[in-house]
Amino acid sequence: MTEVRRFLADARLVAVRDLRIEFRSRVVVGQVVPFALLVLVLFGFALDADHRTLRTFASGLFWVAVLLSALLAVHRSAALEQSDGTLDALRMSGLPPAALFMGKATAVFVQLVLLEVVLMGGLFVLYGVEVVDPALLVAAGLLAGVAVAATGTLYGALASGPGVRETLLPILLLPVLAPVLIAATRAFDDALGAAAVDGWAWTGLLAVAALIATVVGTLAHGVLIED
Amino acid sequence: MAGRDERPGTTGSRGSRLLGCVALTCLAVLGVLAFVLTGPDVRIHPTTGEEFGQFDAVRMLYLHVPMAVLMYASFMLCAVASVGVLVKRTPWWDVMAHSAAEVGTVLCGLVLVTGSIWGRPVWNTWWEWGDVRLMTTLVLFLLFAGYLALRRTTTDPRRQERQAAVVALVAVLDIPLVNRSVAWWENRTLHQRSTLEELKIEDLTLFTLMFGFLTFGLVVWWLTLQRFRVGWLERAAIDHAVGSAMAERRSETSADELDAAIGVTDEQAGEASP
Amino acid sequence: MADRYRGGVPVVELRGAVALLGNFPALAGVDLTVESGEVVLLRGPNGAGKTTLLRLCAGLVRPESGSVEVLGHDLVVERRSVRRRVALLGHATGLYDDLTITQNVHFWARAAGLTVSEATGRVDAALLRMGLSERLLGQPVHTLSAGQRRRTSLAALVVRRPELWLLDEPHAGLDQSGRDVVDGLVGDAVAAGATVLVSSHELDRVAGLGPRVVTISGGVVVADTGPADRGGSHD
Repeated sequence: MTEVRRFLADARLVAVRDLRIEFRSRVVVGQVVPFALLVLVLFGFALDADHRTLRTFASGLFWVAVLLSALLAVHRSAALEQSDGTLDALRMSGLPPAALFMGKATAVFVQLVLLEVVLMGGLFVLYGVEVVDPALLVAAGLLAGVAVAATGTLYGALASGPGVRETLLPILLLPVLAPVLIAATRAFDDALGAAAVDGWAWTGLLAVAALIATVVGTLAHGVLIED
Repeated sequence: MAGRDERPGTTGSRGSRLLGCVALTCLAVLGVLAFVLTGPDVRIHPTTGEEFGQFDAVRMLYLHVPMAVLMYASFMLCAVASVGVLVKRTPWWDVMAHSAAEVGTVLCGLVLVTGSIWGRPVWNTWWEWGDVRLMTTLVLFLLFAGYLALRRTTTDPRRQERQAAVVALVAVLDIPLVNRSVAWWENRTLHQRSTLEELKIEDLTLFTLMFGFLTFGLVVWWLTLQRFRVGWLERAAIDHAVGSAMAERRSETSADELDAAIGVTDEQAGEASP
Repeated sequence: MADRYRGGVPVVELRGAVALLGNFPALAGVDLTVESGEVVLLRGPNGAGKTTLLRLCAGLVRPESGSVEVLGHDLVVERRSVRRRVALLGHATGLYDDLTITQNVHFWARAAGLTVSEATGRVDAALLRMGLSERLLGQPVHTLSAGQRRRTSLAALVVRRPELWLLDEPHAGLDQSGRDVVDGLVGDAVAAGATVLVSSHELDRVAGLGPRVVTISGGVVVADTGPADRGGSHD
């Protein structure tokens, strides 16, 4: 049992560190969140629509905004280990890569949840949505957040090595997250009363995706940071 | 590995040339069968007596279906080879994974194109969102295009082989998820309307379809083989370059030149070691 | 001073070690044996392979061929387990710019496996030893000078009490007091029974610390003054 506690303590150490850095540097709060809101606004301009139409599309636009912003957040998380040789230092410290993954993914998850909350506010104000099923909304939002954070952290380790450009991360990450986008959008459609679908079934799919992403990430992260 | 080449600078061998000729011949035969000898899909409606069916578009069947099956086979091969890379870490598995992925991606693109060509006259649309197989194939294409993009980012295969293996395995694991999510998505799916069962597949049509499987099987085998050999030679070239770089490096400086370079006196230099 | 041998097993033993950077053979067959408690100076021109050699001993670089044994671990087979026993000071700081000195050193202590109580005690001592004044401790690292950052990196390594120190040009860019701190650190390390490999261009500086000089060029060892007697005292 102490191994599990050690693992959780290590993960917590990394998560707290990443969140502390975020608190100091305010990259996500100051840059990524405004970007996400901007995406919502741009959709409003581009679609040139009234509230009713926007409400129909709200979940889809929401999740596209979240995914695009997640790219930035994940990239930022990975970039923390690229400067100043901290990745080497992490490898030297003997911190288990699984704990490193868990910690970083948790920090990204917290940032994504914050992002989703703010974006939800944006939906209320800009698109005039109404929440029919808040429990479903929260469940789907959290599970999708886990799936995105876990998958993103895994690929983040890949897409920030030497000689790799940041443009690789979107090409790798977005197709993998396609089912999450589909499922989360449908779940939100139900929760916002925009379509008659079984949101909880879709949330079940999100749970499966979140689980797989977390397990695979924990196992594979070690491989990706070594050479 | 199979088939050492007799002449340098070519990946061909007696075996592979024979295979290539057979494959090419079969392609020609298939072309004749598919586009000339078999008939178009024309059926008489039981009540109105009108002709309906896919007409000539059905000829795409002989290309599209075998390619789709072989595409899945190639990606499966890539997944298995990726497991091999992670477990065994020998160059053979890595080159095989890369080759299978490339061939699979090309096939995937062709499946999408032939499917689109086939679908346009039959379904009256080039593309249909919400169709399970279409969407899954599209995402599959994007996933492996990403894999190939990753492989192209660095010239150091060693750093990359395990990472690429992880990407390939994640892609393969993702496919059931994509499939489920699209299947539940919309209940309309065009593929269901025109399944293979609906067409009367028998006699010459059946034979042509089977022959199509055989033909594309041979073609894919030949392609994968050649691609594997190219990858293998690339590896050999790198090893060779490393070897000669090593020899060059060892003869870089003598101890005396060295001392002059960093300004050290004799008493500090000490004896040379082997 | 008694010889400190770990059952007679050398701390570092390289035989024909080859290491690649991409496709370039940074190390083209290195033979080197370092016994416990030795201080070894690595010198050689730029591009000779000194950094790669240190990173190889740290377990960060994969040996292409040859045999590499550090602290009894065979690095050809498995590289991870040796890392916690080794401290590598490279050219990069290994610090998080937005965190303070204390937060950084504390994090690295915990990451290396120390409990919270162990970490707190050692961190304070290490910061003091590295001569980092109290008023600096609460400042984010990116506001510090290069010398202060180097001292912080060293403090983060000191708390781990490694058995083998690998220092890659530790004096570079430091002022006099900074260099004194590094020298003091090497002295402490040896007194504690650790082994030290230092790569440096500043021969005069380091020569006072230990008489063995290994010269590297073109990825191989070209000169080696050999292990010397350690009858002298340590200041």
